[in-house]
Amino acid sequence: MEKFTTVTSTAVPLPIEEVDTDQIIPARFLKALTREGFGDNLFRDWRYDAQDQPITDFVLNNPTYSGSILVAGNNFGCGSSREHAAWAIGDYGFRVVVSSFFADIFKGNALNNGILPVQVTPDELVSIFAAIERDASTAFTIDLEQQTFVIEATGAEFSFEIGSYKKMCLINGYDDIDFLLSNRAKIEAFETTQVRF
Amino acid sequence: MSKTLFDKIYDSHVVNSTEGVDVLYIDQHFIHEVTSPQAFDGLARRGIDVFRPTKTLATPDHNVPTINQHLPIDEPLSRAQVEKLYANCQEYGVPIYKLGDDRHGIVHIVGPENGITKPGMTIVCGDSHTSTHGAFGSIAFGIGTSQVEQVLGTQCLIMNRPKTMRITVDGKLSKGVYSKDIILYIISKLTAAGGTGYFVEYAGSAIRGLSMEARMTICNMSIEMGARGGMIAPDETTYEYLKGRTFAPQGEEWDRAMSYWKTLHSDVGASFEREESFDAAEITPMVTYGTNPGMGIGVQDSIPSTNGVATVEKSLRYMDLQEGESLHGKEIQNVFIGSCTNGRIEDLRLVADYVKGKQKAPHVKVMVIPGSKQVERQAIDEGLDKIFATAGFQLREPGCSACLGMNEDKVPRGEYCISTSNRNFEGRQGPGARTILASPMMAAAAAIAGKVVDVRELL
Ligand code: SF4
Repeated sequence: MEKFTTVTSTAVPLPIEEVDTDQIIPARFLKALTREGFGDNLFRDWRYDAQDQPITDFVLNNPTYSGSILVAGNNFGCGSSREHAAWAIGDYGFRVVVSSFFADIFKGNALNNGILPVQVTPDELVSIFAAIERDASTAFTIDLEQQTFVIEATGAEFSFEIGSYKKMCLINGYDDIDFLLSNRAKIEAFETTQVRF
Repeated sequence: MSKTLFDKIYDSHVVNSTEGVDVLYIDQHFIHEVTSPQAFDGLARRGIDVFRPTKTLATPDHNVPTINQHLPIDEPLSRAQVEKLYANCQEYGVPIYKLGDDRHGIVHIVGPENGITKPGMTIVCGDSHTSTHGAFGSIAFGIGTSQVEQVLGTQCLIMNRPKTMRITVDGKLSKGVYSKDIILYIISKLTAAGGTGYFVEYAGSAIRGLSMEARMTICNMSIEMGARGGMIAPDETTYEYLKGRTFAPQGEEWDRAMSYWKTLHSDVGASFEREESFDAAEITPMVTYGTNPGMGIGVQDSIPSTNGVATVEKSLRYMDLQEGESLHGKEIQNVFIGSCTNGRIEDLRLVADYVKGKQKAPHVKVMVIPGSKQVERQAIDEGLDKIFATAGFQLREPGCSACLGMNEDKVPRGEYCISTSNRNFEGRQGPGARTILASPMMAAAAAIAGKVVDVRELL
């Protein structure tokens, strides 16, 4: 997994709440056998019409906005456990998703793929959307070590939470399976103590 | 110290606690064709084996066709995924119930009906509705593909202990109100994100009075309020259901299991981070009007005001519905009866009992998808297939089908579908499809009437 330290980038605003995983990547695009290529179908049904033509007023089709930070409304990533949602976001080029609330499974899936979910307060989210609206070229800096999110144009700084274990994994580029494999002897010992029906 | 049911099971499965996280042992892992190929791929890349192959069970369900399952799958991408699952299981020695096997079906139906799902277990699957298995008093939850790989490789997961919430439903259900209505009602009150971060235990006399099938419907939809999972303490109903099933313990082992299972309840005085309670008598037949399962109302109620909230307005535009409108009498074009929420024999019996001797409305297309081969066989043995055929309902072969529209079974753009499944997201049942979630009885009645009706007026 790619190491994550700091990201400075412009951001793409998606001020929609309850963005569910069926919107992030509709089920009919889940038939791949690898993790790559899902970015092409990220937000497919908002991005393209029934004739596969780009819907011009959707933000990913608007050249004004770009960058590796996605800023979205409350309860982002609700719905299914499909990790394809995180793969699609990563494959498209996002490394950070900012929202005032994330669904549990999505949050875990994002972290397992080197994508940082940054949870801010509802007021902070409003000010981030406002900063993008004022100037789409405004940059934001996320510093994982410091756990800070900075709006470069105003200097406003917000802090965010992340568990110490996941922080360690992201900074070092480790994943859970490396950690679990290092616990193998303990797992085997545990099994011998178990009576299961 | 008093402990919750959740804590009892969780604590007994912690292998190691370190760095602020727990290594949790998983007793049973289920996999299907859509979320597992990349996990096996990951194992191969790391050069590791499946650690405990017999603790995983595979069944293809998400993208399989629901007709002609004895023939090779037409759609090349679906076929490739199913064949990949077969090949992976073969290579790693993972048991599988293939298409055509008489134990095949939707993963969350197959586990319980074969007695694989039992009280006190930890159960995971790369599917959010794994919470279904919690109905037996087990900790069951959905995971992502990276975690599927972890379980395949180590039989464990890294966990942050979730918070616990108890939802108590006391009182007597009115006629025409079913477990699906209970859970849609709860989600409408707590909202689609209201349970995030929590593991839920359902309790109270209304829950105790439910069959295992009905309990599974409740636990199944826990994820629709954002909760990681839902569970119900085992009792006589649970033991009765389990007894004699293929993988249920037998003889002396059954007795030993029973003495363990009887310890599986929240102790008096156990404390939950959050408690909610509801009165069963207040619940009416529910329908959803929006594009998340929290947007539910009683069938006679009016759609609440959007209060100018853009997301809600967008949702109503998608559904082509207005605030203040009631869904009662709304014409529908499609009916879907099936899914891991309501595709069990009890659901099919209820539907057949009502439609017996009736005919569907001419403009409505009705699909009945059994949750498994066993459900299908039972339906045929009991003659339900004939009732469906006379009524103009199409009984097909098992799979997820129009619950998520990955195979050919899709709802056409712009049409309404009253569905017994669990999600009404935009495009869930096909691009542009408009889903109204409801109980099997509401779906059956709508199929006959051609519009949304209040089942209480018919019973
Ligand atoms: S029936 Fe629907 S909800 Fe259940 S496992 Fe299949 S796709 Fe998921």
